[in-house]
Amino acid sequence: MTDVTLADGRTVAANSTITNDRPEQPDRANRPDRADRPDRADEATSGDAGRAPIVLVDPTGGRRRAGRRWRVPVEVRRFLGPALLFLAWWAVTGLGLVSDRALASPATVLDAGRELWRSGDLTRDLGVSLYRVGLGLAFGVAAGLVLAVVAGFFRAASDTVDSAMNFLRTIPVIALVPLIILWIGIGENAKIFLIAVGVAFPIYMNTFAAIRGVDARLVEAGQTFGLGRFGLIRSVVVPGAAPGFLVGLRWAMGVAWLLLVFAEQVNTDSGIGYLLTNAQSWNRTDIIVLCLVIYGLLGLISDGLVRLLERTLLSWRRGFDGT
Amino acid sequence: MATRLRRNLTTASVAGASEAGTSVSRTSVSGTSVSGTSDASGGGTAVADRFGDAAVRVRGLRRAFGDQVVLDGLDLTVAPGEFVALLGRSGSGKSTLLRVLGGFDHEVDGQVLAARSRSVVFQEARLLPWRRLLPNVTLGLTGRDAGERGRAALAEVGLSGRERSWPVTLSGGEAQRVALARALVREPELLMLDEPFGALDALTRIRMHALLQRLCRRHRPAVLFVTHDVDEAILLADRVLVLTAGRFSLDVAVDVASPRRRTDPAFDRLRTLLLAELGVDDLPESTH
Repeated sequence: MTDVTLADGRTVAANSTITNDRPEQPDRANRPDRADRPDRADEATSGDAGRAPIVLVDPTGGRRRAGRRWRVPVEVRRFLGPALLFLAWWAVTGLGLVSDRALASPATVLDAGRELWRSGDLTRDLGVSLYRVGLGLAFGVAAGLVLAVVAGFFRAASDTVDSAMNFLRTIPVIALVPLIILWIGIGENAKIFLIAVGVAFPIYMNTFAAIRGVDARLVEAGQTFGLGRFGLIRSVVVPGAAPGFLVGLRWAMGVAWLLLVFAEQVNTDSGIGYLLTNAQSWNRTDIIVLCLVIYGLLGLISDGLVRLLERTLLSWRRGFDGT
Repeated sequence: MATRLRRNLTTASVAGASEAGTSVSRTSVSGTSVSGTSDASGGGTAVADRFGDAAVRVRGLRRAFGDQVVLDGLDLTVAPGEFVALLGRSGSGKSTLLRVLGGFDHEVDGQVLAARSRSVVFQEARLLPWRRLLPNVTLGLTGRDAGERGRAALAEVGLSGRERSWPVTLSGGEAQRVALARALVREPELLMLDEPFGALDALTRIRMHALLQRLCRRHRPAVLFVTHDVDEAILLADRVLVLTAGRFSLDVAVDVASPRRRTDPAFDRLRTLLLAELGVDDLPESTH
């Protein structure tokens, strides 16, 4: 036989009856199940007394709030994650757990950054990298969007385009590099092209799925009220697919940075990736870590940009009523 | 007897009174839905039935999904300004008929003519969630006064001042009012409503009935109102049709003195008749 321990410390045999008339009655969890009570049959004969007593609990118990509690703003909470990582890095290097050679400390990295900033290398390389990513993203997003709209909206094109895209999607983008080099060489255009190709696929996949997911009843309503093909695309399909597109964009940004690192490590003389490879050959851990930190920050910033875009494009979702 | 009955027993004799005297060519236009207009002034003899005095003219409409015949040689004439309620059990083809008249369904046989300017109100409001109310109402409207007309339409349904609200902030009744405004801002000659108040609560429904009545009196469109609710049909319509297995099995003019009261014996008789036609004989006690 198992015993039940009540909140106030008393121990009760599991088959004993606990009723409401005990003032110490703590909560429902400690009430033995009806089936466990051998005396139930006797009680049942005496009418209402045979019903198990109803235990009342406060459904809001423990979670009530007196007023509006102060909450940490979302921006602060989002900043907290990276800040913790930074602290960990600082602690690990500052306490001498790892040598400065393996992982430079924040201070040395800051010094390296200052040094590169003064020489103008940092601004130049950062500018070049941003230019590549920006153009690659712009072309890739445009291509992915156009293909998705064509495949998603025009039934005739859909099967052809979609199967082709799904076939190409399975080819690792990096495997295209030899071909790209043969086609357009190793210059700036090749890097931008590589990024654009990589970006186009996630944009296409997500936007296409989102267009197909647009509520057919809304399309029908649009037709009723005299929207033509173009009107339907502009007023119904594109805004309806925006949430999916933004998921694709977020994904695409990740791909863009990844391909940037790759593209800048072969045959380049500028860019963050070049800085990185160069630092490796000069054994400059501080610059390597600096580049990694820059990549991290750039990723964080691009994520923030997509969030900002979401907030403006999808404001209707939250019922945002102000201007 | 308070209600006049026209029960059709043969396919050919389903008739609205408005159709008398019009000669209608019964050529079968397969797979097309030809739009006409109720503007009678422009009609020559060759296209007489395209410029008729009706907002809807359907002859021998047939629609089958595979082997299943949903609309089986349907005839229907709706006069301008006439309010026709369409009753029928689920699966009887009400929505199919509305989809054909709305232009969403092209695989039909028979003659289908409907006023060129027509609007639909669906059971769900179907507002574009990413547009504020005013652009939702003026969707597809062109012209410089579109905004002004939209504002006026919103005011008509009691939502002025909400032009910049988002659809997600609306209650079901409010959303349906916007849908009504969106349909009426086009000044349609034919207004089709597919169970528009089916998802609303009883109190909101009563208000919506009054609103729809008011709007219809002002704009005078021909109305085709699909519903499951017999009382709703009797309250609002000039004429009630019952669709059974792809044909109209009952066509009855509503002859209940206005303002129509559910307690009126004529109302009750018509209700009993319609319910019987719909296969509901076993009424709960309170309705007697």
